[in-house]
Amino acid sequence: MILMLVVIAILLVVVVWVVGMYNGLVRLRNAVKNAWSQIDVQLKRRHDLIPNLVETAKGYMQHERGTLENVTQARNLAAKASGVGEQAKAETGLSQALSSFFVVAENYPDLKANQNFLALQEELTSTENKIGFARQAYNDQAMQFNNKIEMFPSNIVAGIFNFKAAEFFEIEDAAERAVPKVSFA
Amino acid sequence: MWELIRANRRRSAVLMLGMLALLLALGFLIGSAVAPSLAATEHTRGHTQLHYVFDPTAGLIGVAVAAFLWLFQATLAYFQGDSILLAVSRARQIEKADHPQLYNVVEEMTIAASLPKMPGVYVIEDMSMNAFATGRSPERASVAVTAGLLANANRDQLQGVIAHEISHIVHRDVLFMTLAGVMVGSIIMLSDLFLRSLRFGGAHRYRSNSRRGGGGGAQAILFVAAIVLAIIAPILAQFLYFACSRRREYLADAGAAVYTRYPEGLASALEMLEQGNTPLETANRATAPMYIVNPFDSGAQAAFGLTSTHPPIRERVRILRSMAGGVSFQAYQSAWAAAKGHGEARMPASALQEAPVAVREGQAQGVQPTPRERMREAGDLLRKVNQFVFLACVCGVRIKLPPDFKRKNVQCPRCGHVLDVSMPPNPESNPAGRVPPEIPMARVRKDAPPPR
Repeated sequence: MILMLVVIAILLVVVVWVVGMYNGLVRLRNAVKNAWSQIDVQLKRRHDLIPNLVETAKGYMQHERGTLENVTQARNLAAKASGVGEQAKAETGLSQALSSFFVVAENYPDLKANQNFLALQEELTSTENKIGFARQAYNDQAMQFNNKIEMFPSNIVAGIFNFKAAEFFEIEDAAERAVPKVSFA
Repeated sequence: MWELIRANRRRSAVLMLGMLALLLALGFLIGSAVAPSLAATEHTRGHTQLHYVFDPTAGLIGVAVAAFLWLFQATLAYFQGDSILLAVSRARQIEKADHPQLYNVVEEMTIAASLPKMPGVYVIEDMSMNAFATGRSPERASVAVTAGLLANANRDQLQGVIAHEISHIVHRDVLFMTLAGVMVGSIIMLSDLFLRSLRFGGAHRYRSNSRRGGGGGAQAILFVAAIVLAIIAPILAQFLYFACSRRREYLADAGAAVYTRYPEGLASALEMLEQGNTPLETANRATAPMYIVNPFDSGAQAAFGLTSTHPPIRERVRILRSMAGGVSFQAYQSAWAAAKGHGEARMPASALQEAPVAVREGQAQGVQPTPRERMREAGDLLRKVNQFVFLACVCGVRIKLPPDFKRKNVQCPRCGHVLDVSMPPNPESNPAGRVPPEIPMARVRKDAPPPR
């Protein structure tokens, strides 16, 4: 009788512990999702801004067809991408296309004087910053979640309920790797 | 980060208690000194022999008055402090359309600091350069910048300043500085009241009362103590307040570097503020610690004393510039120790353990508005918040009408076209690519470009 009570008590404690652990994991996973949606909002905003930018610049930059096409292409690629890793790669490409576009735009004083262009440029710069800051928040959240999944004892609960580790959104590292090497030849 | 806030809170609590003790002691002494007759007559009734027994009743009344004074002001400051501060600074709330860049920068820093809600954005109508944050919690906060700062700062500098203000909000400095400021105010008020009543003939009355009461010696000691404390307390309270304010400025600088990942932005902004600044008209002694730089000190702050509300700008700039190996609280701490020549733990351990983040590049290069365009933008912003009406003429001129403009129509000063004032303002009607020249009413600018 006493033995049964003890067993029941132990089982109860285990159940309460598992439920608590599970809820904690769900909370973290939702936080990761929320952080991701913050990035997503900004990415969408950037995709929406780019056709306007290309449209505005077209009239001024007839000789820069290639640059403009690159931007449009990168944008379409990024809009189609799915999954954190793929999206990060596509967005990095878009960031690079945009920055080379703005470097070229330097040579067109008429374009630089266009109010519409200036406003778009400010919006794009800001969106880029927001992506950067939101990315950092997302990666912090993802790291916390992944640590919980991998560490004992929460990894047991995570294994039973099939929690999957969150992917990191790595733009900057990819961009840094893409920096051309300087040769002193 | 949380430990940082907790440590701040703990330190604030200690400081507040110290100030409260000072305030109550002052109340007690003044009470005892002002109303000795109360104490003395109570005791002469029961006794044939006149002798003075120390009676704390009057002192306790003084304490109650002091406590009430503080509680009343603190309650007011807690619930209305931000709106009062914004109102006395003549700050006006703006929307995104009024100044997209400022609004965007605040939004960026809200994301970087993960604030639960974006603070309200305000512009102060003053051509000096400064900024402050206010609000009792991150859920209810505001940042205000002067039009002068908007007109002079580039994007990176503006971002640095806003990040500094946002870290004040995150560190809960705003609430503390408001409540502490009110406490200092109460102490000053109480001492002032007492000392003034002495000057206007009250002293004589008190003295004669105490003689009649017979407790001359003890009463005189209390009286002198009250005067001494009334003189010392305001100074002491201000020192405490200013010391705390300086420490918080460093912390906010560190926070700004971490949020923007670009210490140079704030550093160059501070440098600019130091060089070409004029005193801010709407600031006063009480609101001075709220600002990013002291609104009174223009030029070099050579005298870095106990009474400064802010650390010297040059030192702040030097610390920010010498941050090496990425931005983190640790990097700021090392730079601080190097600049000061001694290493004192200013940051809590958990904040120091955060991994450093790579410094990013500035964004002020590339296509940027020229200083003249920025200046014009800031002027337009002020006119917009002051309900000026903007009319676009067919020739591209933008006419700005003050809100008290009564006539039905107005003639364009360049092409002579008569415009209907009731026409809805339509700034988009300008042909793309053309910058509308500025022609304020009744004054045609000499440097306006010729019509194309």
